Order: sequence, then structure tokens, then C-alpha cells
Amino acid sequence: MRATKTPQQVADHFTSRFGGQVTNVRVVEWGEGAKKVPKRSVWMTIPRETIVDAVRELTTIDFPHLGVISAVDTGDQIELLYHMQVFFGGDHEEIEITFTVPVPKNDPHIPTISGIIPGAVYTEREKQDMIGVIVDGIPDNRRIFLPADFPENVYPWRKDEKGIPDTMIKELWKVDRPQGRPSPAVKVVEKPDPAGTDAESPARQEQPASSGGEQ
Amino acid sequence: MAGKPSYNLPIGPIHPALKEPINFTLRMSGEVVQEVDFAPGRAHRGIEWMGMRRNPVQILHLCDRICGICGAAHALAFAQAVEQIGAVEVPDRAYYIRTIVAEFERIQSHLLWAGVAAHELGFDTLFHLAWQVREESVDIIEYITGNRINYGIIMIGGTRRDITPDMVPRIEQALKYYEDIFAKMGNLFLNDKTIQMRCRNTGILSRQRALELATVGPTARASGLKMDVRKDSPYAAYGDLDFDVILPDVYGQETVGDVYDRIVVRLFEIPQSINIIRQCLSQMPEGPVLAEEKYAKILSGLKKASGEAFGRVEAPRGEDLHHVRMNGKQEAPEMWKVKASTYSNQMAWVDILRGEQIADIPIIVASIDPCMSCTDRVALVRQDGDAGIITKEQLHRLSVGKTRRMQA
Repeated sequence: MRATKTPQQVADHFTSRFGGQVTNVRVVEWGEGAKKVPKRSVWMTIPRETIVDAVRELTTIDFPHLGVISAVDTGDQIELLYHMQVFFGGDHEEIEITFTVPVPKNDPHIPTISGIIPGAVYTEREKQDMIGVIVDGIPDNRRIFLPADFPENVYPWRKDEKGIPDTMIKELWKVDRPQGRPSPAVKVVEKPDPAGTDAESPARQEQPASSGGEQ
Repeated sequence: MAGKPSYNLPIGPIHPALKEPINFTLRMSGEVVQEVDFAPGRAHRGIEWMGMRRNPVQILHLCDRICGICGAAHALAFAQAVEQIGAVEVPDRAYYIRTIVAEFERIQSHLLWAGVAAHELGFDTLFHLAWQVREESVDIIEYITGNRINYGIIMIGGTRRDITPDMVPRIEQALKYYEDIFAKMGNLFLNDKTIQMRCRNTGILSRQRALELATVGPTARASGLKMDVRKDSPYAAYGDLDFDVILPDVYGQETVGDVYDRIVVRLFEIPQSINIIRQCLSQMPEGPVLAEEKYAKILSGLKKASGEAFGRVEAPRGEDLHHVRMNGKQEAPEMWKVKASTYSNQMAWVDILRGEQIADIPIIVASIDPCMSCTDRVALVRQDGDAGIITKEQLHRLSVGKTRRMQA
């Protein structure tokens, strides 16, 4: 069994390692059931310059499981919350660790942690889609959940002028059928030629050249 | 593979049954998958956005509808978060009822998956058997909650229905049924030569990659990663109960991390669930099941609450995480983030599909239990622009054909 630490020890580890950069340290316990066996979590606020080091520091304690990165629009800034767990696999020994990272809206950059936890790319891409932070160094910069024709500079989780505008959600009866959509990539071939000539060749010619081989 | 033409094989997008239907693009060399790419979000419903404009009791009912199969899991995770913020005292009996519902949900979800897996392999008699057997758990969920899906039994501060003593014999009958049929199901799935041939050493995910890619649930456990929210950070009544995390070595074989191990883990979680439900029924304390019956009172209490918390639940497919922040000024939460289990497991596809054959794609994709059939429509695009469409039917036939060839 791995050596485990108490939540307070984990919190102290980070305050001694990063000093004044770690703020708002909270240790929370919550128990359910008749015995109220506690699940334990540590919350701390960390500046964005330190987040990669903090995650790396966490891997020296135990390789964390990244639950998800959550994000909140708090007005002038966006708070990213990295929900991670360490010491799983034992008997009620897990500690849930949340790093809260404030990012100013006028400069919404955050370094990627996917160099340490490769699985983080998925949730980092979602944060770019949904709240409009820019993850520096992300290996895959494409949109993930939002459709390709979703307008630029609109972020559903924002509560400011970049959030979903009323025109996208109200009086939708005014909206006509969508115009200018790309035609289907492959046209349906009417019927195979019973004479046995190559029925596929017309379809091949109609095929737009751009539809193949895209990654 | 030099000399063979390489081409892209797009699969999907399809099936609006799930939060994350998928569009795959597979770079193929002959029959072998070289690179994998996927694009989820084809039926993103913006549930989090909706939730941030609704009150917690309304959100609870949205939670039921995030997934048709893991209805209780999402509601449990959300209730857990909100109860922490509002310091709601849930009666102990409610925790036990929540646990019983969650475990019956696990049985029905794993059997549903087992049926799908058998179907993908072309073993349709087993598919029909698994789904027939599954009916009993869905019936019992209906008996307890009133609904087959979208149970609506979880409420902030407890549950909306009690399990009365006269209901226990019917529940016990269902448990007995599963106990009796488990040996047969286990034998059919684990000792069948065809299933062994198709699933052993197929779609391998190493323990290290399972950890790095942040996989959860049976997918992670099948790779030997001991991780189960029920045991690690107990919620509901799990902290009171005695059970072990199921790993593939439960079947007495070495952990490989392949499709076969994922079958082993899910199958053996069924007797585990039976055991957990039995313990719940015998230990269940007396008392009320709901902290406050009037919704308006719950809501006015929560309106003043401020703070943030997250709830984590081991859904049948793995960890569900709900992060909620409330600011004490409005009814709706300031933030509600839902993380479903497939969200964490999808990254594993890239690893487990690489190097495998086209005919193995259906079973490998299904092996993480993504709760969707992504293979409704497949188009084959060769690099020279030669295009043809493979339907789900044809891809399925390829898979069945491979089984037949291996049997011959």
C-alpha cells in the first residue's frame, strides 16, 4: 500500500513548497451514511504561473486522477478549478484536491497541464470552447463540443457580453430553415446499373475534392 | 504495412441518445488502424447552461435525464454537492435507499452492456439472453421508484419514496434470480471459446496509460487500476458496507487490460451489487426518508446558501463529478459542471484502437461502455477520392464474419 498523507499534511506540503503563492487553503470533510465515514478534500487557490509546477508537485506525492477542470465566470476573471484525486485504491483513503486558478478576462491565458497528465487535453479543449480561456501549449487546439458553425467569440458559460446572446435563444420561431449549409459529402447513387457498367464512377466525379483525407 | 494504401475511415456522427455521440476518423493502413481521432459533441444539449438558469430542484430532474441509463448516478452526485453547500441533514434511511437504487442501476447497466458486447461479436443468442435477464432489474427499479428510467426518486435532502417492509420479499426475489442466473451468464461469457478468441489481447490499455489518460470505472479497473469512488471517497451508505473493489484478477487470471478483462470486471460487479443490496436491506435504519417535504422550504434554504462543493459518484460506467457553486443571491447555481464517466474514458479509444483491425472496431469501441452505438453510418474514403459508404449493418457483418472465420 502506498504511503498516504492526511489532508492537512498535503495542504502543508503545498504551503511550504510554494509559500505565499498558495492561498485560501481549506480542508473539508463530509460524511454520509449512518457511520458518516468522511470523504476528505483540500481546496487551495494557486496563481496561473504556478499551476504546472503545482500539478507536478502533486505527482511527487501520488500520480493524481484528474476528474475534470471546471470553470466559473466571476465577473472580472474566470476561475478554473482543477479537480484531482490522490491516494485512491485504499479503504476510504482518497483525498480530493482542488486547485482554483484565477485568470483575468482581459488576458485569459493558462498553461496546459497535458504534459504531465495527457488525459487533460479533453477537458482543456472544453474550457476553450465553453468559457473562452486560451490554453497555451495545448497539443490539440480544435473545438470539442461546440459545432463547427457556432459563432466565434461566444462562450456559453460566460455571464458577460460574450455569453449566449438572446438572439440565439429567444424568438426562435423567427428563424427560417438554415441557409448556406454545405451539401452532403457523398451523393446517393440512384441505382446500380443492371447492365453491369461501373456505377460508381459518376459518384466519384461528383465527390468534392476536399472531402477526403482531412484529419 | 509498406505499400498498402492508407485511407481515412470516418465513423459517425450519430445517435443522439447520449451527451457525447462521436464522430471517429480512423487512419487505416489496409485493415489496420494507424491513427485515431474523434469529435464528440454531436448532440450537446447545453444542460449545464440550462441548469445555471434553474433552481436546484429543477436541476435534479435535469440530472435524471442526462443519461437514460445512469439516471440515479447524476442526480446523486448533484444532490451530494448541493447538500454539502446547504448543510442539509439527510436522514440515514435515505442514504440506504439511494444505495439500493444505485446498485440496481449498476446491474441493469452492466447487463445492457453485456448484451451489446455479445451482439457486436455476432453472438445474438447471448445478446437476447442478457437483455431478457436485464428486464428483472428494470422491473424492480420500476417497483421501487415508479419508473423504468428517469427514476425521479432522488430529492435534495433524501428520497421521494420509501422502501416499506412488504416490498423486501419482492426485492429479495430479484436478488435470488440474479444469483441463480449468474453462474450461467458467467460461464457463457467467460468460457466461450469465441468470446475468448475475439476479446483476449484485443484493445489493450496498460495500467500506466489508464492512469495518465484519467480513465474511470470498469475501464480503469480492467487495466488493474484500483479505483472505485464507492470505496475511495464513500458517499450514500457505501461507507457503512463491506465490499471489495473488483479487479480482473477476481477471475483468477492475470490482468491484461483487454476487452476480456472489461467483461470480467463488469460481470463480477453484478454479484458485488447483489451483496451490497443485501447488506443495505439488513442494515437499513428506521426513520424518515426526506429531510424536508416542502420543496419551497428546501429552495428558500438553498437560496441563502453560498459556497461550493462537488459530488462524486461511481456510476455504472465510472466516476461522475458534479461541481456546484452557489452565491447566496439567486436560486440558480452560479456554476454547475457535469462530468460524466464517458467524458473521462473517451481518450482511451485513441490508445486501444491503434493497431487493431476494422472488424474489431465495434467491440473495442463498445468495450469502454460508451452507451451509444457510434457505428450507425460509416463512410470509407480512400485517399484517391474513391468513396463508398459502409452502413452499420455492413460493419456489424464484418465483425460477425471475423467470428465465423475464427470458429472455422
